[in-house]
Amino acid sequence: MSFAAVQRILGLLLMVFSFSLLPPFLVSLIAQDGAVIAFTSAFALTFGVGIISWLPVRNQRRELRLRDGFVIVVMFWTVLSAIGALPFVLAHHPHLSLTDAVFESVSGLTTTGATVITELETLPMSILYYRQQLQWLGGMGIIVLAVAVLPMLGIGGMQLYRAETPGPMKDNKLTPRITETAKALWYIYLGLTIACGLAYWVAGMSVFDAIGHAFSTVAIGGFSTHDASIGYFNSPLIDMIAVVFMLLAGVNFSLHFVAFRHRSIRGYWQDSEFRFYLLLLSLVILFTVLGLYATETYDDFEDALVNGLFQAVSIGTTAGFTTAEFYNWPGFIAILLLFSSFVGGCAGSTGGGIKVIRLLLLVKQGMREITRLVHPSAHIPVRIGTKTVDSRVVEAVWGFFALYVASFTVMYLALASTGLDLMTAFSAVAASINNLGPGLEGVGPHYAEMHDPGKWILCFAMLLGRLEIFTLLVLLTPAFWRR
Amino acid sequence: MKIIILGAGQVGTTVAYNLSNEANDITVVDQESSLLRDLQDRLDIRTVLGKASHPSVLERAGADDADMVIAVTNSDETNMVACQTAWTLFHTPTKIARVRAPEYLAHPALFSQGALPIDVLISPEQLVTDYILRLIEHPGALQVLDFAGGRVRLVAVSAYYGGPLVGHELRTLNEHLRGAEARVAAIYRKGRAIQPEGHTVIEPDDEVFFVAASNNIPAVMAELRKAEKPFRRLIFAGGGNIGRRLASSLENDYRVKIIEHNEQQARRVSEDLRHTIVLQGDAADEDLLLEENIEDTDVFCAVTNDDEANILSAMLAKRLGARKVMALINRAAYVDLVQSGAVDIAISPQHATIGTLLTHVRRGDVVMVHSLRRGAAEAIEAVAHGDKVSSKVVGRAVEDIKLPEGTSIGAVVRGDEVIIAHHDTVIESEDHVILFLTDKRRITDVERLFQVGITFL
Repeated sequence: MSFAAVQRILGLLLMVFSFSLLPPFLVSLIAQDGAVIAFTSAFALTFGVGIISWLPVRNQRRELRLRDGFVIVVMFWTVLSAIGALPFVLAHHPHLSLTDAVFESVSGLTTTGATVITELETLPMSILYYRQQLQWLGGMGIIVLAVAVLPMLGIGGMQLYRAETPGPMKDNKLTPRITETAKALWYIYLGLTIACGLAYWVAGMSVFDAIGHAFSTVAIGGFSTHDASIGYFNSPLIDMIAVVFMLLAGVNFSLHFVAFRHRSIRGYWQDSEFRFYLLLLSLVILFTVLGLYATETYDDFEDALVNGLFQAVSIGTTAGFTTAEFYNWPGFIAILLLFSSFVGGCAGSTGGGIKVIRLLLLVKQGMREITRLVHPSAHIPVRIGTKTVDSRVVEAVWGFFALYVASFTVMYLALASTGLDLMTAFSAVAASINNLGPGLEGVGPHYAEMHDPGKWILCFAMLLGRLEIFTLLVLLTPAFWRR
Repeated sequence: MKIIILGAGQVGTTVAYNLSNEANDITVVDQESSLLRDLQDRLDIRTVLGKASHPSVLERAGADDADMVIAVTNSDETNMVACQTAWTLFHTPTKIARVRAPEYLAHPALFSQGALPIDVLISPEQLVTDYILRLIEHPGALQVLDFAGGRVRLVAVSAYYGGPLVGHELRTLNEHLRGAEARVAAIYRKGRAIQPEGHTVIEPDDEVFFVAASNNIPAVMAELRKAEKPFRRLIFAGGGNIGRRLASSLENDYRVKIIEHNEQQARRVSEDLRHTIVLQGDAADEDLLLEENIEDTDVFCAVTNDDEANILSAMLAKRLGARKVMALINRAAYVDLVQSGAVDIAISPQHATIGTLLTHVRRGDVVMVHSLRRGAAEAIEAVAHGDKVSSKVVGRAVEDIKLPEGTSIGAVVRGDEVIIAHHDTVIESEDHVILFLTDKRRITDVERLFQVGITFL
């Protein structure tokens, strides 16, 4: 464990991050919304802390070890979340408390999209922009983290993805070098964002809203510049654009990369995770739309279709945009949507949840055990596509699932013990650990009424979900710190 | 013909045995002197001790004036290099090599004249696999052999009580069939061949060889025995090359299980196959077989490399209620011992392989040879060339051709058309004629029949 090396990297990270405060600063200048001071001081503070941590150890050039990797990844999210809260605290409006500011910042960076702020329209434009940008940066961090960094540490969805190597697309380590991989992914991410922003703008959003929503759509975040979220625009066209881009962002980015490089979309369909992802979402959409229509929540089938489709994709990919008050829909549909967020996006996407490929493996493993009862002597390999998955990977997925359920239970109990009603507590923890955003009952529209201890628990849940459980929990074990 | 056989293993020995009976000069090369001594004691051949691919060894074996090299050592690489050596240094016209690894076989460009000069590749595992596949496709058949690219098949079945034709004269066959045509090429009664004539009456337990177009075969078989339901559930004992190939070509249409003893091999096989259930265990384990519902299994086929294990596990499966059991048996003596008794069908890999080699030894334009009844009989597909003057078959009706004794013409393939032979069928030039010889000693007469006279140029 080399603290100096970790400190050096964190210092650099903070300095780089401080520059992300410049765009909102410019927005503030142009809009004259009174948040200039807040962003200036936040920039100075962040840059100052960064340079102070970096200067004493700038000549430390030791090779990073595996354990340093875990610390850096966790620090990346916790420290940036803390620093990212600064503008919310410093600004005169909204002038959030420390707890609220950290909650908002964590929710942004983990692309959860749960907010404590009400009456968004009254906020300064620069703060609104800053929230959207936090999500976008978080999404980019996730992609690089999920595709490039976590697999090296031996965890994360892409790790088991690598075991797959689907037949024709052999180059699943996208490029030989990790920086090249990160760069390639960044281009795809940027390309998707630009395409999404343009589509929104053409469909009738203002430039400001188009950019802001493109940021949070491609990051599968869920922050909006309006209280009514996407529903504010009341345009089926915008709804469908959002659906398309949420679906795209929920797909493994390495599939986009392969499709882009080979100029062919064949790779998508050959990927079994992608097919399972579409199958699951189609089922959720089907049941939601039929449910809405059968319970006469909407009189018009077209309304039921548009709202059901949008909400199923938005919740299923863990984005958390809303066009309707889905938390007031009939109980079965609301809880179905909440459960669909447990599956979330594909590995290597910006979506949260357990990830489709893990669920696919769990299902296949379950089927294998059933077959084994019928044929006790049989050798039954677990396959994804045509490739057999190593039993080591299956074990890791079971371990992940067990920890996911256990963490969920512990936090649910903790939240319930603070006196919240059970549905609120359940949905709040689910929406946080899955990086979804909106919950049911008391946390449907926003989290402003949640008490402070609850917010801290949820912050932890969001980080836990985003860091794929293992990364954060390994830091909490004594064995990790023993020399 | 001067033939050099490289490798005195199972295939090499069988080839030497079959070819030395036909007035060929055979030289066998091997590194094992005891094998060679043993061979020389039994057969009229020459032997050379040494590594098959070495030029000096090939030279001593007489590669200078050899007509053919057959490389069947147990190493693919040795076989390939031996053919290269024979071609480059000795210009041997025909080079046949056994290459097993699918890795090599997947790239035909490797075996062109500019690269590895091998004229004929034989892969015994593939031949045996195809052989078993045809048996599974035709329930009730003892043997199914392809001619003319699979358009015509020769099928051996044993006649049972209850078959509509059993007890009737052969001439009524085509009336029974209504449209479909077939010709009985030979009948074996109590192990002896009888020449089928129109008035011959088929008796129960006769082994009947008939020729028919591929799609008519089920109809013909239904005449000779009660119609059998198609196979559905298969168990293969042994997950080696053969078992794996069989499973991968059958698993989409049948319910296939493989029993493999070795744990690592079982895992590898299970990873290779998609729908097959791979069981790890002993194929002769009664509990395992019962657990896997052996009594409802249509075919139990033992294809390990151990003759005794194959026979015993097949016998056990039969006793436990498997509908049909087959066993792969290398040792010729065992084949006679168990065929049609303890085991329904004994599969001899040598016989499946030897035909391919014989095809290239035969004079005249012979495109396919199948060795039958442990090499005593032979079915061949020969192409007729020339005209009425230069050829002894072209332009003549079947009844006018002077066929040697015990030989019959089963069918004629003209282009894509399959013509079942009648006494008045006239052979044309370029026809593929399918003949059945109950006595292989007549083969030279048949060869002569299909050779074109000097006048034809």
